Amino acid sequence: MIGMNIMSILVADNISSEVLNGFATGSVGVQTITLVAIVIGAIFVNNVVLSQFLGICPFLGVSSKVETSLGMGMAVTFVMALSSIVTWLIQTYLLAPFGIVYMQTITFILVIAALVQMVEIVLKKVSPALYQALGIFLPLITTNCAVLGVAIIAVQKDFDLLTGVIYSVSTALGFALALVLLAGIRERLETEDTPKAMQGVPIALITAGLLAMAFMGFANVVPLP
Amino acid sequence: MSRLQIITKGILKENPTFVLILGMCPTLGVTSSAINGMGMGIATMAVLILSNIVISMIKNFIPDKVRIPAFIVVIASFVTIIEMLMQAYVPSLYASLGVFIPLIVVNCIILGRAEAFASKNGVFDSALDGLGIGLGFTLSLTIVGMVREALGAGSIFGFSFAEGVMPLLFILAPGGFLVLGYLMVLFNKIAKR
Repeated sequence: MIGMNIMSILVADNISSEVLNGFATGSVGVQTITLVAIVIGAIFVNNVVLSQFLGICPFLGVSSKVETSLGMGMAVTFVMALSSIVTWLIQTYLLAPFGIVYMQTITFILVIAALVQMVEIVLKKVSPALYQALGIFLPLITTNCAVLGVAIIAVQKDFDLLTGVIYSVSTALGFALALVLLAGIRERLETEDTPKAMQGVPIALITAGLLAMAFMGFANVVPLP
Repeated sequence: MSRLQIITKGILKENPTFVLILGMCPTLGVTSSAINGMGMGIATMAVLILSNIVISMIKNFIPDKVRIPAFIVVIASFVTIIEMLMQAYVPSLYASLGVFIPLIVVNCIILGRAEAFASKNGVFDSALDGLGIGLGFTLSLTIVGMVREALGAGSIFGFSFAEGVMPLLFILAPGGFLVLGYLMVLFNKIAKR
């Protein structure tokens, strides 16, 4: 029964809150299984780039070298984890109690923009080494629609704080995975003889299409013994 | 630049999708059918025109250092208005576009036009610029949606023209990447000639 539920979670493309609440009232073991399903679902089955189409701009823009794509992936993971906490707090303690949920889009984007600025300033002071590694990617993240998209989706799905953070981090890891994979392929393609009209973005899009097709193979993965 | 040129440049010469390669997320995310693509294009165009008008009006009052956050607030306000209007009047389209409606805020086309055009030009020209770029975006989204719907479901705008099993793949995620990729190749071929 649980196995069936998890399969439907993974296949049906939406982790419905009813199912989750059902799990949450059960034992801790069941909740762990739900979290594992969320992690695997967010990284492989509903990969944020390859199946939900969020964060395509950095996916195409920063994926020409494996090294930079790793940095970008790390920066996005960092920011997404932070922003999911902050947006959850704002939604639960500010927007919902005062009945101003329609202000969600405006508040979330401003908070994320401010957060990214703050992270940049704090990193510069506290850890210059980490700033060196992630610094150039941080300004780019404000316009990464995956960050805002994931914050909105987490609220829509009624996740609690822990589930929301785990969901965001695994989504970001899925983003990093897709980015690094595409970068690896593009590095190889660089030396190949591609037709002139296909060079650059078109061939990257077609490669991404093939990657997405490969990721569709995960649709039937059931993460249970 | 003449007024007519301001409108027409967005459709071919500065086409946001095929030439500038901006706003890729909605271009791929909502184009599973022609009508979805068109709806998204029109919603984005409305936000683009309105935010261009307001930003060109208030450009002289905004200090240079905080102009980007100020632009984002203006854009986000219009996105919220459009979101509420769509929820009230076209609920089915609202449901099928889903999270991509609030994500119009982070569509780089809108902030890009605010920064590159509306903050330097008059109100009327900015509105025309929004109209032109918006039309170009709507047109490319509709085309991508039409091709995907025709290949994957055998219909255009819901009118079926082919019977039997169609390759569903083109409506699913990989089809989005493939169709956009090959359309871009086609566009490059035609434009270079």
